[in-house]
Amino acid sequence: MPKLNLNRVEMSRQEPQVRAKNFEEVALGYDFDQAAEEAKRCIQCAKRPCVAGCPVAVDIPEFIIALRDGKMQDAVRILKGKNALPGICGRVCPQETQCEVVCTLAKKKGQVAIGRLERYVADWERLNLSGGEPVKPAPPTGKKVAIVGSGPAGLTAAADLAKYGHDVTIFEALHVAGGVLMYGIPEFRLPKAIVQNEVNFVKSLGVKIELDSVVGRIITIDELLADGFQAVFLGTGAGLPTFLGIPGENLNGIYSANEFLTRVNLMKAYKFPEYDTPVKLGKKVAVFGGGNVAMDSARCALRLGADVVYILYRRSDAELPARREEVENAKEEGVQFKLLTAPKRFIGNEKNQVTGVECFEMELGEPDESGRRRPIVKPGSEFTIEIDVAIVAIGTSPNPLIAQTTKGLETSKHGTVVVKDEAVGRTVKDKVWAGGDIVTGAATVISAMGAGKNAAADIDKFLRS
Amino acid sequence: MYRILLREDLVPNIHLFKIEAPAVAKKAQPGQFVMIRIDDKGERIPVTVADWDRAEGSVTVVFMEVGTTTRRLATLKTGDSVLDFVGPLGLPTHIDSYGTVIMVAGGFAVAVVMPIARAMKEKGNRVISILGARSKNLLFWENELRKVSDELIITTDDGTYGRKGLVTEPLKEILETRKSEIGRVIAIGPSIMMKFSALTTKPFGVKTIVSLNPIMVDGTGMCGCCRVSVGGVTRFACVDGPDFDGHQVDWDLLFARQKTYLDEEKKSLELWQQQSHPCQTRS
Repeated sequence: MPKLNLNRVEMSRQEPQVRAKNFEEVALGYDFDQAAEEAKRCIQCAKRPCVAGCPVAVDIPEFIIALRDGKMQDAVRILKGKNALPGICGRVCPQETQCEVVCTLAKKKGQVAIGRLERYVADWERLNLSGGEPVKPAPPTGKKVAIVGSGPAGLTAAADLAKYGHDVTIFEALHVAGGVLMYGIPEFRLPKAIVQNEVNFVKSLGVKIELDSVVGRIITIDELLADGFQAVFLGTGAGLPTFLGIPGENLNGIYSANEFLTRVNLMKAYKFPEYDTPVKLGKKVAVFGGGNVAMDSARCALRLGADVVYILYRRSDAELPARREEVENAKEEGVQFKLLTAPKRFIGNEKNQVTGVECFEMELGEPDESGRRRPIVKPGSEFTIEIDVAIVAIGTSPNPLIAQTTKGLETSKHGTVVVKDEAVGRTVKDKVWAGGDIVTGAATVISAMGAGKNAAADIDKFLRS
Repeated sequence: MYRILLREDLVPNIHLFKIEAPAVAKKAQPGQFVMIRIDDKGERIPVTVADWDRAEGSVTVVFMEVGTTTRRLATLKTGDSVLDFVGPLGLPTHIDSYGTVIMVAGGFAVAVVMPIARAMKEKGNRVISILGARSKNLLFWENELRKVSDELIITTDDGTYGRKGLVTEPLKEILETRKSEIGRVIAIGPSIMMKFSALTTKPFGVKTIVSLNPIMVDGTGMCGCCRVSVGGVTRFACVDGPDFDGHQVDWDLLFARQKTYLDEEKKSLELWQQQSHPCQTRS
């Protein structure tokens, strides 16, 4: 038996001082030799725990062996057999808590860098195969399916349904397909050309995408069903921003993370005035929240030229919900973490411009229902931080439009759509499925893709019965 | 792409586009708006619908040249297209039987008031319209508005046509003399005009609906840029409005938030002027 190699091949990244000033991708990816070397470390174990750890069950050992042997087209075919969006997943999936954490080599802290290999295969295809690897859909069934929302859940459901042979149309509210992949995740973490490349792959399967179409306004779910669609999948995500609910929150310069990121990523405000949409370039920026969206917002603010960017989080470092990799990236780039800090009120001037935020120091008490230790205000600990831009990244909930305009759909008190069968996303309304953040509340790209995939299989079963 | 079937110049700096958008036309209702983006580098701007033709599949919007985007929009001609035209968005104006309704239209907002006045008339209301403009040469659709109004009062700031003065003066007079008849006031126009219309009607206790126009990005409830304070509660104008009770609106907050990007707007306009009229830029 060959000796186990536990040394993960590092992936090069832009230097922190350099990348903190540009919107180019931070991680630079493997070259072929690096990818092949990493692929050789996979021991091709019989248990295949990585496949079970993947929400869309990619045949990970198979694509790795094809890559190792230089059979790149095979690697692409295997990977895309299960995952229509590998270039995206290779970049933004939390592999460290999914496929990689269960890798047999993880017991010895040498887990295979599956995400980096996935990214390599996807990028190889994009650069080497024009138009992508052809996929043959099943014979047409003549059944029509409507997908609402073109984010990760919708794109995945659409791709699978098209492969099953159904006639699929996606309705997207914004002017470009991709949902949160376009408006939320920044260019330096997920280049928009890669998202559009994978959207084009979904289109190449025969999926139609109707942009500028706000379902609930331009057409309702019931009208879609009456118009000849035999099933509808709701993948509209969690697009409604949550604010802090503290005094002064409507001052100028205070953004929801959704607004800030939409201006920067979707509308390309970092190229203003070449692009028409502006964003306030803060010198002293405070970001509230500790998740990936907070990290993205803070790192965008740095790149827009801020002198100082704070992350204010009411718990401690250990409870930060963001991926560790993103926390480290942010720290390296110079984002300052003010932990155990919670805002009390915003302070503004006569022009309604925010000038500061008064905060409390916090301490951690007993665990709450989320299992994390509950933050408690230290009385009399108020202090003020000078800021000129604030970004609120404390979470999102589903946009209520669909629920408000659809008879017979059930929603929870959090505004999420209730599904009667969680595994496949069937809602209580006949012929309507839902998956992704609209069901779970804000979660990850890959969990939304998993939900889209499972719903697609169930819709297919329903349409054939 | 959404084709401009007809461009019409109504008065200096105010233009009408009839745009081919059958699905939007099918659903448009009075008081709703659309988001327009001219091209790939453009911003998304909200424009309230002025009219629609479900049979023809067209939606009519009227806009005034204010900033870069509206000036760029004004360079488009019949047969040209805009890249995006999203709608209908927002909640429609609530149309009901109120008895007599006063419609107050300031400046180019007569275009927005028209479909609401028509719907109010069709619902059996008596419609009194007050149409105000700075000067005679900025007035349009007088005859159109007259057709859907039982009474029409015109004011100009400079007295070049109709009554000299502001729309709030006849508004106050009508309420003083015929308050019991008036079931509702709808005031749409520049924010300052809406504020003073609401202040005028408040002592009379007649519910006054205004259509707010804060800055928007997506227009679908996603970003919260358009947040306004109504009755002390933060609302999103794009999905909770744009119509709100004018007596409950925090006007100063609205004015302040509308000025968020004054510096950026100036910079953008300078760039546009340089690009569109390079010969006029001074070295």
